[in-house]
Amino acid sequence: MDIKILGSGCTNCKNLEANTRRALADMGIDAEIEHVVDAAEIVSWGVMSTPALVVDGTVVVSGRVPSAEQIRDLLSTHAS
Amino acid sequence: MTAPTLSRPHPALRRWVALGLAASVWLVLYQLNRPFWEWLLGDIAGLDLGSRLGDSLLFFVYDTTKIVLLLTSIIFLVTVLRSFMSVERTRALLGGRREGVGNIAAAGLGVVTPFCSCSAVPAFIGFVAAGVPLGVTLSFLIASPLVNEVAIVMLWGLFGWQITLLYIGAGLVIASVAGYILGRFHLESWVEPFVFETRLRGKVIDPSQGLTWDDRLQMGREEVATILRKIWPYLLVGIGLGAVIHGWVPADWFATHATGPFGVPIAVGLGVPLYSNAAGVLPLVEALHAKGLPMGTVLAFMMAVVALSLPEMILLRRVLKPRLIATFVAVVATSIIAIGYLFNIVL
Repeated sequence: MDIKILGSGCTNCKNLEANTRRALADMGIDAEIEHVVDAAEIVSWGVMSTPALVVDGTVVVSGRVPSAEQIRDLLSTHAS
Repeated sequence: MTAPTLSRPHPALRRWVALGLAASVWLVLYQLNRPFWEWLLGDIAGLDLGSRLGDSLLFFVYDTTKIVLLLTSIIFLVTVLRSFMSVERTRALLGGRREGVGNIAAAGLGVVTPFCSCSAVPAFIGFVAAGVPLGVTLSFLIASPLVNEVAIVMLWGLFGWQITLLYIGAGLVIASVAGYILGRFHLESWVEPFVFETRLRGKVIDPSQGLTWDDRLQMGREEVATILRKIWPYLLVGIGLGAVIHGWVPADWFATHATGPFGVPIAVGLGVPLYSNAAGVLPLVEALHAKGLPMGTVLAFMMAVVALSLPEMILLRRVLKPRLIATFVAVVATSIIAIGYLFNIVL
């Protein structure tokens, strides 16, 4: 599973990463989380509201920090 | 699927009842604020509330409680309402708009769009790369911090709704006019070239879509906690300074010492490098006004503090060349000075 977090390192980006890690741990998935901090690359994903979560090449969350449970649902629907 | 539909009214009912209860508790606390502190400091602690120390202390605890209560309720309401708006929606609304009308629309949208200064750079690139004119984009970026919910709450609580409306109007005018002027300068060559080369791929996700009421209320609660956690040191320092001025500076001191023609530019000159937010600067501003500093000077000082902040300029340096940042600061500061003079004349 390819997971990216887009955001310039603000508090919300860290919260999103923590919740994503918790969701992955709950699902028993061992996946690397890649951080994209470069603004131009963030925008090229079509994202203007950070933080955003990209799963297997699709932006699934932008501009908010869902709970670990919500992320778990998102991951199970979007995982290919 | 019948069972969940049948049981759905109950959680919904519980949610709105809880919200109603919270609102009632809030109203009671707001009403009890002054009597409670007067009773605690005057009757229980035995302080003379007419003395300098007693008066300053009462000012401090009463103002702190009042502002925290106001912030809690208004940030919650504003966040829930704003969850229906997003930067993505704003960009769609601004796309293809001419300058002029576009600047006014951008200033208005800057007020209602949920926006964190940490997203300023991606938003800037996203707007410009999608063809929103530079000046219109800057109008949005000026209005967003200038007319923010914390500033509105505090102005309302400390100065009343007339001054608040005046401030919102002035903020919108400054954002529209300064953005329009900057657009007329045609400074596109002072924007880092990669901004125009950025290609937008991927499907745009609109954060305002697909949220339940529970999600939106949850966002409201989280935002209250985040903002209070972020601003409380500023708030305490601001109210502390305000309390000292309140108790120790003689009445009308500023009216006799600081009403020269250069009051407004000096206030703006002091405000630009000063980095605080509305929560920190407003209690100070209230105390200065109470001691005779004119309203226009006071509002210009506050606008300079909240609209132009060093951290945001450092962020924007990623996309704007230093010359453009300097021009931006100069045009916005000049507009604030002009508004300050105008208010001092008419008020």
